Amino acid sequence: MKQSVTLSSKVDTAKSTLGATLARLTARVHSRRSLRTRSRKQWVILSGKGGTGKTTVTAALAHLAAREHQLVLADADVDAANLELLLSPTVVEEHEYVDGKVAAIDPQLCTGCGECAEVCRFGAIVAEGLNYRVDPTACGGCAACRYHCPAKAISMVDSPTGRWFRSETKLGPLFHARLYAGQESSGRLVTQVKQNARLLATEVGADLLLIDGPPGIGCPVIAATSGANLAILVAEPSVSGVHDLERILSTTRHFGVPAVVCVNKADINPAQTAQVKALCATQQVPLVGAIPFDTTVVEAMVHRQPVTQYRSSPAAVALQALWRDLEPWLEAETEQGPDRHAGRHV
Amino acid sequence: MIVAIASGKGGTGKTLLATGLAQVLAADGLATVHLLDCDVEEPNDHLFLSPTLTRKEEVSILVPKIDLARCTFCGRCAQVCTFHALAVVQKKVLTFPQLCHGCGSCARQCASGAISEEPMRMGQLEAGDAGKIHFAQGLMDVGQAMATPVIRRLKQWAIPREAEGDPLVLLDSPPGNACSVVETLRGSDFALLVTEPTPFGLHDLEIAVELARGELKLPVGVVVNRDGVGDHGVDDFCARAGVPILLRIPLDRRIAEAYSAGALWVDAIPEYREPLRRLYREVQAQIGGGQ
Repeated sequence: MKQSVTLSSKVDTAKSTLGATLARLTARVHSRRSLRTRSRKQWVILSGKGGTGKTTVTAALAHLAAREHQLVLADADVDAANLELLLSPTVVEEHEYVDGKVAAIDPQLCTGCGECAEVCRFGAIVAEGLNYRVDPTACGGCAACRYHCPAKAISMVDSPTGRWFRSETKLGPLFHARLYAGQESSGRLVTQVKQNARLLATEVGADLLLIDGPPGIGCPVIAATSGANLAILVAEPSVSGVHDLERILSTTRHFGVPAVVCVNKADINPAQTAQVKALCATQQVPLVGAIPFDTTVVEAMVHRQPVTQYRSSPAAVALQALWRDLEPWLEAETEQGPDRHAGRHV
Repeated sequence: MIVAIASGKGGTGKTLLATGLAQVLAADGLATVHLLDCDVEEPNDHLFLSPTLTRKEEVSILVPKIDLARCTFCGRCAQVCTFHALAVVQKKVLTFPQLCHGCGSCARQCASGAISEEPMRMGQLEAGDAGKIHFAQGLMDVGQAMATPVIRRLKQWAIPREAEGDPLVLLDSPPGNACSVVETLRGSDFALLVTEPTPFGLHDLEIAVELARGELKLPVGVVVNRDGVGDHGVDDFCARAGVPILLRIPLDRRIAEAYSAGALWVDAIPEYREPLRRLYREVQAQIGGGQ
């Protein structure tokens, strides 16, 4: 009980701190530059398959966009948040996010009847001697056991989901998070990160909220994607890359978010790059860039820099072209982004 | 023996290792191999193994169905639903099946017996043989949010019972460190964590070790893929944390080419078969040593 009081007061403090920060940033931005009327955009970088280069592309686009536009950044891959590794952020706010609950059995009250184990559909109740206990890594917090327990021996206790941060970077404010190992509500932590980033982006009138998305097509991806004007899909020219691109394309279409595709390591397998191109053509999705395989990407990562800092490297040159293709989407008036076929075909 | 192949970071080579290991051990008769692709959001193993899929099963969860003739609109169902999948408004009951986790609390707690449960499809399971490999995979439907019910059912469906000897069960995990990875790793005897020697690889490996060894108390070993790129961070961490590096797969253009074309790298480049046999013996020794 004591813990939950502390945590809720922490959340209140967090809210007021964020409010004060917003006011400060708004004032600063308004004094520094003239107000613009341009509509704010929200772009998310996705891939389906992991490791195709989402974070590399996000950091590069942020680096290029920040030269002329005001940005807010969010890392929605709360399982494995890597954007911070390239942007050297200074953390200015840190909060614990408590969303879920897990069941806990009071061994004093437990009569060992085992009814909880029978109603639990998630295998989270483990027999231990004559009594039962909850495996918190399996418990999803549905509370079915709590409502069913005849001895009223089960209560629901807070299960901290993770920590989220607001940081300052040279390219703009960055919202990021770290999911505690094995937590259930990664989608809700993503939403928490994204909502805070959106709030700040709206307050300061940022031109672009750029979101580095998670891999896959499930809950955290849906959370990262909702509300986006554009999804930039980073594809890898391999049999599995094409397969996964198809699934993420179906997902963005399912949720009505316009998508564009860029191919990373495009020269590794020209035949599969052609497959990506063909898929884009049949699905009427613009192919907006082709980034060659370039060892500078890893070199830049080792030096904690966006690869576009290495201006004449082949990857950076391709990413500059990608940004030139994408920039018009920033100016588009419609909520749904510009004409779907406007992208330059490579 | 159940060995899960996981990684915090995506694209480090989980599928590469899982398919390569399965192929070498099965073809050489070193183990009866069951390979389960638990990355139900983006399953890729089948692309390399081309299994003949002979069995299918639908995966669904049970969601509430309200009998309005019996409902007294007392609101108990909405009160007990942690996921806000039901709402009672005057003489209406709204259900939101997309939010339902299928726990059954609403039906169980309904005093007037007005709630029955009906299946809602989440995806499907498929199984069949690929050469000597017994293969199975889950496939979550596009637009669904929850991968865990599909993974849970896949493991119940495709992992052989203990009575059937002691086969090797390989689980190809999804990336990350959230609930779907926990669902995959739980009940395994060993976790092989695949990483690459870069700052991203290191950052995500640390998280994977924390989850597999710290939270789930599994013995772990590391496979370094694309060895030779990047820096020494992964090596330093493994030495410091006492995590054994069991295999290094060098940065080899031939592997990347075979992989991108959908070919099995261990067939294309047979010199990698012996290192994988050695890895299997290492894992066996690690599990034996821990017991």
